Amino acid sequence: MNGLAFLIPVALLLGLGGLGAFFWSLRAGQLEDLDGAALRILIDDETETQKK
Amino acid sequence: MIAAAHSEFVLPGVRCAGCIAKIEGGLRDTPGVIEARVNFSAKRVAIDHDATIDVVALKDALAAIGFAAEPIKLASTQPDDREGRELVRAIGVAGFAAMNVMLLSVAIWSGAEGATRQLFHWLSAMIAMPAVAYAGRPFFRSAWGALRHGRTNMDVPISIGVLLATAISLFETIVGGRHAYFDGAVSLLFFLLAGRLLDNAMRNRARDGAAALLRQTAPGGTVLHPDGTSAWLAAEAIEPGMQLQVAMGERLAADGVVELGASSMDMAIITGESWPEPIAEGSRVVAGALNVDAPIIVRVTAAGPDTSISRMARLMEAAGQGRSHYVRLADRAARYYAPAVHLLAALSFAGWMIAGAGWHESLLIAVTVLIITCPCALGLAVPVAQVVAAGALMRRGVLVKDGSALERLAEADCARFDKTGTLTVGRPEPVGEWVLADAEAPLALALARASRHPLSAALVRTLEGKGVQAADVADLLEIPGLGVEATWQGKWVRLGRPEWVGVTGHDRLATAFALEGAPPRLLEFADRLRPDAAAAIRRMERDGFDVAIISGDRGEAVAPVARELGLLALVGMTPEAKLAAVERLEQAGRKVLMVGDGLNDGPALAAGHVSIAPASASDVGQTAADILFLGDSLMPVPIAVSAARRTLRVVRQNFALAIGYNVLAVPLAIAGYVTPLVAAVAMSSSSIIVIANALRLRRCAR
Repeated sequence: MNGLAFLIPVALLLGLGGLGAFFWSLRAGQLEDLDGAALRILIDDETETQKK
Repeated sequence: MIAAAHSEFVLPGVRCAGCIAKIEGGLRDTPGVIEARVNFSAKRVAIDHDATIDVVALKDALAAIGFAAEPIKLASTQPDDREGRELVRAIGVAGFAAMNVMLLSVAIWSGAEGATRQLFHWLSAMIAMPAVAYAGRPFFRSAWGALRHGRTNMDVPISIGVLLATAISLFETIVGGRHAYFDGAVSLLFFLLAGRLLDNAMRNRARDGAAALLRQTAPGGTVLHPDGTSAWLAAEAIEPGMQLQVAMGERLAADGVVELGASSMDMAIITGESWPEPIAEGSRVVAGALNVDAPIIVRVTAAGPDTSISRMARLMEAAGQGRSHYVRLADRAARYYAPAVHLLAALSFAGWMIAGAGWHESLLIAVTVLIITCPCALGLAVPVAQVVAAGALMRRGVLVKDGSALERLAEADCARFDKTGTLTVGRPEPVGEWVLADAEAPLALALARASRHPLSAALVRTLEGKGVQAADVADLLEIPGLGVEATWQGKWVRLGRPEWVGVTGHDRLATAFALEGAPPRLLEFADRLRPDAAAAIRRMERDGFDVAIISGDRGEAVAPVARELGLLALVGMTPEAKLAAVERLEQAGRKVLMVGDGLNDGPALAAGHVSIAPASASDVGQTAADILFLGDSLMPVPIAVSAARRTLRVVRQNFALAIGYNVLAVPLAIAGYVTPLVAAVAMSSSSIIVIANALRLRRCAR
């Protein structure tokens, strides 16, 4: 029973953490442009760093 | 400090990572632009900029980078988005609760007793109750809305089932009972929200697709003030009496009368007629028409809501009223389903009371009946089938804009086609014998490239298709209203109006080409049929459709098309007449599928039971239609019909499966054998079967 008293809050907090992260990603617009995110990794941004 | 502004543009041309980099980089280098971000999924770019740079300048900047962009009004996209977001948040909460409650429930099922079970029940209650209160809101709201109007829909049995299950479980927890159905309540919500989200995503995605295709007619125009200055004004700010300067290739922003200049106007958006109409001083012109030949000055007679295009929009709105009363299949099923289920639960409560089981046990059994009959499979059956079918159709270039469109399409038994732009491609193409000599073709291409006239554009397409290289000509000059002239090796060459080039006595859509010293060549153009129009029409007729043409064109123009396709045709129809024809059929009990593209089809498209438009249609046509198809082929229309009918069949099978499962499970529930474990297993398995059946539609678009 002692294990439970420790593990159940841990499990719930981890779950809540995941839920919180999901809400954050929604609000921060992480899921707005799913196809674009896949393509942006291909953009060669060397020119921009050279400018700086 | 300069005020910051925010604008968004639709960019249909964005295709790859390179485009994203080019647009964002290019815009950041444009003075006045603070930040630009491309949304690839929605094919949009959002720009934060200073007030010093306006929408027109931004559009020009995008054009300079190489992308055609159209400004969009921001307000129109917001509300739907909010609904989707609420659903996503609700599904997140329901998913979290379902996972945790399920974990606790597994422990209870595997035999937790006494204090442990009590603790787990309390924990489940703590998680489930806020989750039900939060994630159930979309259902509660919809159910309450329906009940208040004395109707019932799918959400009524769902809401009652979920709320009762939660309440009775809480009571069980308080009195220390054996069974709590928190797991059932939250996983039910999770499954149902998944169905609701799919439904919502389908509608939004198609709407975004349509928005990306949408070309705004004319957001505004250049107004000449009496003092000689000119300024660009938005369409809403233009007033009757103002003078509008209309450049070549520009669309009119208001109705008016030509004051100065002669040109021709492409009125395809209004009349559906592809032949540019010649206009001179005193001619009436309407908003949305494209100025083809020469710059003109127009005195505005009607602007904003008084233009004929707006009048048409109002007509469409009135015609579309009937469609908003359409009751979707799932809700029609719920009309019978919900009372039956509630009656059954009430009867089992009464039955057990009479049998002397005590009110506590009787109530528990009545609630398990409600949980087990909760239309989980039904709530998933329709959206999953429609999303899968719409996805399959989208891969074939058919965009389904409205959730109920497939249901309505499956019911249609009668099809009416517009001619120009629907049965035909909607753009002129060279026809008849090829008259240009080999030496003349490169010259014709060079001249045609210099003009923006639709016939020149058609000629360029044809010549380039033949692999012709443009010749080097000098002194290129476009003479407004007549054609293009140039010199080549000391001789003049002309491309333009037949009379001007030296051909007389013809009455068809044509242009002429002449090289000094050689006879002039007459190039005839016609709007040809879509490549597989005949095959598509035959397939529609095989599917039991009564097909006919309703066209705004003259009889002589429609006759060849009607003959070739073997169809009856109504000709010379005004938009009002088209609307009346469709409404007459509807009143006679037919379900009309209207296929059309132009502004003149708008009211008929809105009035039909269901409507399809090609993606090349005017925005009015695209807005009014339920389904859009891409490309030159007409085949997507019968394909969409077959897919819709197959979808309806699968939906019916899903209903049968869901009801069959109830027939098996309900006696168990009434007999009192349904524990939370049985409920959870039965519910998930029925949902999975329904989804698997719907997935068979993945290849329905053939």
